[in-house]
This record gives sequence, C-alpha cells and structure tokens, in this order.
Amino acid sequence: MGSTNTPTDYLPIVLMFIVALGFVVTTMVASHMLGPKRKTKIKLDSFECGIESHGNARLPFSIKYFLVAILFVLFDVEVIFMYPWAVNYKELGIVGVIEVFSFIALLLVGFYYMLAKKAVQWED
Amino acid sequence: MISFIIYKAIICLVVFLLSLGVAAYATLWERKFAAFLQDRVGPDKAGPWGLLQPLADGGKMFFKEEIIPNVSNRFLFILGPSLFMLTALMTGTVIPWAKDVNIGGQTYSLQITDINIGVLYLLGVVSIGVYGIMIGGWASNNKYALLGAIRASSQMISYEIAMGISIIALIITAGGTLSIREIIAQQDAGLANVVYQPLGFLIFFVCALAETNRAPFDLPECESELVGGYHTEYSSMKLGLFLFAEYINMFISSAIMAGFYFGGYNFPFAQELYDAMGLQEGSWIISLIGFGAYFTKIFIFICVFMWVRWTLPRFRYDQLMNLGWKTLLPLSLLNLAITVVVEYLRGNIHI
Repeated sequence: MGSTNTPTDYLPIVLMFIVALGFVVTTMVASHMLGPKRKTKIKLDSFECGIESHGNARLPFSIKYFLVAILFVLFDVEVIFMYPWAVNYKELGIVGVIEVFSFIALLLVGFYYMLAKKAVQWED
Repeated sequence: MISFIIYKAIICLVVFLLSLGVAAYATLWERKFAAFLQDRVGPDKAGPWGLLQPLADGGKMFFKEEIIPNVSNRFLFILGPSLFMLTALMTGTVIPWAKDVNIGGQTYSLQITDINIGVLYLLGVVSIGVYGIMIGGWASNNKYALLGAIRASSQMISYEIAMGISIIALIITAGGTLSIREIIAQQDAGLANVVYQPLGFLIFFVCALAETNRAPFDLPECESELVGGYHTEYSSMKLGLFLFAEYINMFISSAIMAGFYFGGYNFPFAQELYDAMGLQEGSWIISLIGFGAYFTKIFIFICVFMWVRWTLPRFRYDQLMNLGWKTLLPLSLLNLAITVVVEYLRGNIHI
C-alpha cells in the first residue's frame, strides 16, 4: 500500500480548508461592502411573484420527502457497511462474499417492503 | 516540515485557482456550446469571442445590491451559500492531477493529499454540500425556496445510494483500495476501468448528473414552476457562490469520472510515447503530458454534461424518484453481483 495514514496526510486538507474559507469570507465581505444599499420595505419582503406575500413559508410539507430521508439513512448505512468488505474482499474470500450477499438479500427484503408500501410512489 | 507546508500550500492555491478558472470559463463555454447547438452566436461582445464574459459576470455580481429578506434567518441565510461553496472547493483535495515530478532529487506529487480513505472523504464532503442547499432554502423563508431546497436534498440523497454502490463495484475492480491515487495509478498498464465497469460507469454518470443538479435533473431550480428554486431570494455574490459552486461540482465530478473510469492522466501507449521521447520517470514533461491528457478527458465530460443539458427535457418528480429508487438502486446491486462473479472468474476471490 502506497497510501499512509498519518496526521500529516490530513494537514493539506486543513490548508485547503483555510484557502476555501478565506475565499468565501472575502467574497461575502466584498460583495457586502461594494454593492449599493437602497433598501425599501417591499424589496425586503419575501418574493411571491409580485403579489403580497402571505404568512410564513415554514408550513408542513409532503410526508413523502420525510420518508425518502428516512429510507436514505437506512440504505446509506447499509452501503457504508459494505465498504470495509470491498476493501478486504481478497482476504475475506468466498466466505466474505457469501456473508455480504446474505446481507444484501436482507436489504432487498426491506427494499421490497418499501416498494410494497409505496413509500417512493409519487403518483397514485 | 516548513518546506512541506509551503509546497502543499502552493498546490492548494493552484488547485483552488484551477477550480475557479475552470468553473468561470465553463459558464462561458456552456453559453457558447448552447449557442452552437441552437445555431446561434452566443456571447461575443466582451473581448474576442466573449473571452472576458466570465470576468464581466463576476464583476457585475459584486456590484449588485445584497438583499436579505426581513423574514429570513440572517445567519443561516449567509451560511447556506458559504457552506455550498466551501464543500465544492474542498472536493478537489484528493484528486491526483498528474504523475509525480522529480525536481533536484526530491519527488513532488501533484496532488494536495493522498489519504487512504480518499473515496470516503469525497463521498462525505459531497454529502455535506446538501446542507448548504437545505440551509439556504430553509433560511430564505420563501415558499419557492423551501420547495426547491426539499426537492434538491431529497434528489441528492436518493441518488447517493446508487452512486455509493456503483463505487463499491469500482473499488472491487481496482483490487480493494479507497485511495484515488492508487485507483488511477492501476490503470497505468492495461485497460481503463470503464472496460470492466460499463454498467457501473453508466450508473455513476447518471448519479453525477443528479448530484450536481444538472439537467435533466434540474428540478431544484426548475424555473417554470419554482421561479429560481432554492436560490430564489439570493442576490449579488451569494447567488454567485451558489451558481459558481455548481460549476465547480461539475468540474470535479468530471474529473472523478475521468479518473475512476477512464484512467485519469493515463492514456493508451503512454509508456511507449515516453520511451520514444526518451523521457525519464519523474520528468516534468511526462507530468505535463499526463495533465494535458487528464484535462482533455475532463473537457470532454464537461461537454457531455452540457450536451445532455441542451438535449434532454426535464424529468417529472415521480420519474426522478422511480429512476433513482426502482431502477438505479437494483441495477447497481446487479452490477455489484456481476463484478463479484467476474472477480471470482479472474481468480481474485479464493475459497
């Protein structure tokens, strides 16, 4: 393995973070200073295609989006579990393959349940 | 140690300027390419062939009035685009741009850092980008912005799963390494990974389109129904950061596709060419040629992104979700199974 894993390897990431943060902060401050400031009440209202804005935007939204978020957490965690196997698949051999695929089979049962419950069905 | 930091800082600055430069000129190229596809001229007033157009656009953004709506959450409103830009710039850190250069007995790698979990780092940083959109859209306290932000985040997380599984198949083909440097270096001799992973590449490409919110997956900022989507309330350079970061994301995802599946800085008969030119290992000319090859591939991918945008109409939301969950997810699992069978036949999995 050519790659190492020492704290020094992560130092350049910190450097890049400083560069990126510097750029973002500079841009934000510069655009704040340079732009004109002619604020009126109507200009600062939230935009609703020209008509008067009505109430707060933070209203309840479709439960479907929330279901997608929950499903994402479930499936993404399962995907993350496969990464250690993918890195060591040569050492784990056929036993590892059988184990991972039985894991995927369980995942597919959950996937089938998700489809049967119409969790990602947008049109009725 | 000091010289190490200085050398890394220089590379950081170069990659940063490269990302910005490519993103700026990608905006111009997008307009030129669209003009070409639609038989128009495109921007041609600012400088020869409109070459100064990105500078004019950027300058204009700075001198526009900055509007923060009264009803919005001020802190989060500023945090949204900042976070989005920050994560877009951070993704470039783990990509190796060319072969190592040997100057005066010292070997310098043309990569900001080679960590052994490069792929995971990339996935992690990309998923933080979703927060930028979600925070920005929510903080605006505007109905269109909120809808756009919810759409964007639910689209991006849906396609992340299929993308993750297609990358697992790639890692297995690459012999079980998460270091992007090694994934690219392995394609030095022999065939590029796309030959072993054609289906995986297709899945990854579709997911990359969805992750970067590019057409036909541009529902988050679907102008015909949501005004501007999650950045409806944004103006001046805050809007600029959102738009700019999207082009940086496009550049980086092109670089990742070119590296993961098409060999990055490697190209067919590269070694023969270097031998014929009599170049030693570690010569800067080799790195320059490799960098040129990598950039040609990235440029082709950026063109494909634009070609897709100006050819395909936008998906409906149910089509988008069906494609992500019911097509790409099972397909990527199938691809993983095929990959494992192929690896078994190649004798890489022992009983």
